[in-house]
Amino acid sequence: MNAPHRNPENRIPEAVSRWAEPGSSRIPYWAYTDPDIYQRELQYFFYGPHWCYVGLEAEIPAFGDYRLSFVGERQVIVVRQRDGEIAVMENRCAHRGVRFCQQQRGKARSFVCPYHQWTYKLNGDLAGLPFRQGVERDGEKQGGMPADFDMKAHGLVKLRVARYGGLIFASFSDQTPSFEEYIGPAVMPWLDRIFKGRELTLLGVNRQRIPGNWKLMMENIKDPYHPGLLHTWFVTFGLWRADQRSRMVMDEHGRHAVMISQRNQGGASDVTQGVTSFKADMALNDPRLLDVVPEPWWNGPSVTMITLFPSLIIQQQVNSLSTRHIVPAGPGAFDFIWTHFGFKDDSEEMTQRRLRQANLFGPAGFVSADDGEVIELSQDGFRQRGADGSTLCELDGRDVAPTEHMVTETLIRGMYGYWRKELGL
Amino acid sequence: MSSALDQAAIDRFNARYAACLDAGEFDAWPDFFLPDAMYKIVARENYDAGLPLCILALEGHGMLRDRVYGIKNTLYHAPYYQRHVIGTALLEHHTDGSATAEANYAVFRTRPGGISEVFNVGRYIDRFKATPEGPKLAERICVFDSEMILNSLIYPL
Ligand SMILES: [Fe+2]
Repeated sequence: MNAPHRNPENRIPEAVSRWAEPGSSRIPYWAYTDPDIYQRELQYFFYGPHWCYVGLEAEIPAFGDYRLSFVGERQVIVVRQRDGEIAVMENRCAHRGVRFCQQQRGKARSFVCPYHQWTYKLNGDLAGLPFRQGVERDGEKQGGMPADFDMKAHGLVKLRVARYGGLIFASFSDQTPSFEEYIGPAVMPWLDRIFKGRELTLLGVNRQRIPGNWKLMMENIKDPYHPGLLHTWFVTFGLWRADQRSRMVMDEHGRHAVMISQRNQGGASDVTQGVTSFKADMALNDPRLLDVVPEPWWNGPSVTMITLFPSLIIQQQVNSLSTRHIVPAGPGAFDFIWTHFGFKDDSEEMTQRRLRQANLFGPAGFVSADDGEVIELSQDGFRQRGADGSTLCELDGRDVAPTEHMVTETLIRGMYGYWRKELGL
Repeated sequence: MSSALDQAAIDRFNARYAACLDAGEFDAWPDFFLPDAMYKIVARENYDAGLPLCILALEGHGMLRDRVYGIKNTLYHAPYYQRHVIGTALLEHHTDGSATAEANYAVFRTRPGGISEVFNVGRYIDRFKATPEGPKLAERICVFDSEMILNSLIYPL
């Protein structure tokens, strides 16, 4: 942001109580741009009593396998233990604060900070440090740590870990409830539908930096209004459009949600009238890009888009499956990390199909590339106006409730209701 | 060694390829490939780990044309100029008359009225065959080092 204080219209609000409107159907622009609000979000949501996604078990299958990940802006090491458990700890040496681990992925027996060679076990405990007992010279002990130096008190910061269906979550807080309780009974069945009793295989990772506030991505996947309008492929090929059978589900707090729908045959109808992204005569030169084969576990819906506040989106869109990890980077940007996966019992053809359909999703996706673009343009709009603007979110009313259709912005209102309440705004 | 795939021919091919994309002449882009060619853009992270996921993986002229249609008609995006700088290819010729090549590339992105940015940096890993119209790609894999894509990648590299 360019020196916002120069323009009195454009300054950061002195008091966030300027959110005068009741409810959560108008979201002030400062919710997306204010650095103080952003710090509160990090502290309360990402470092507070919430489960944050850090990766897939399939990325670290064997003892000593590790990968770097993020909880909020804090980099963490996710590492497989000898007994098969998983430890997650902050990548920051207890001695002088060095972010010592520099390999994205690897295999380790221990972690050593290069600066003074403090050495940690794979569970984050401090294993040793040079000259702790001092150095003997001429029969005299020189230096060393104080006698009361407690090795146990100087390990890496360890996070709590929750494992579910091959997904790994971590939390800095002792107050975070069990994972099941955190997700709640409305959303849990939709996770079970994809993950329960299955082993995941890793197809790969794609990363993109999107210059917009992190919540805009959560909103995007709580917004069933846009896909049939912005995304030509969705409306034209019947992957997501307003005349489909749909349900919008959320947890009791309004923070997590699932958008559920069942594809139809596409083509012209009431919902394509005047929709410029609809291309009546569009046909694929190569239909293999959309060679959809229903899988038994779908039980109807061809698409479920799950948002787990604050850091994870889980996508099932026809045969394409991915986790999308939100890593905030200041109020005006976030990194979006896509991990595509399949199932252990997939045939060679199914793996190939998932990979072909991956062309629709990701930083270059036929569908999802537009989402990154509009998020950037949203942030541009907020920034140019300054603090006194607000977004409007009133499709299907001003209340928050699950629906049996997609002509609604209720899930976005649900998230901001929770957000506002928890931050005390 | 087939002179149709010699150093000068491959470097000239890459110069024409860059000129085509940088001019935004996407309709002509599939013609650089054989009809059943493979075109992939893949993060180095996945390539080095042997993971199959790409950010684009297009098989044959049909899918290449579908991408061109997407760029021109379906993918909403803020437009940008591309500028390719492609290094001299490191060539190897094979007994079946084909050639493999690697060439470094850097692609800069400039939004109209904006500042130029380094958009994507990596190397082309190519397989060429000679045809009556000159060299054609049987395969081009763009393995990029810049693993964090600057928002969206719309145009081919
Ligand atoms: Fe979208």
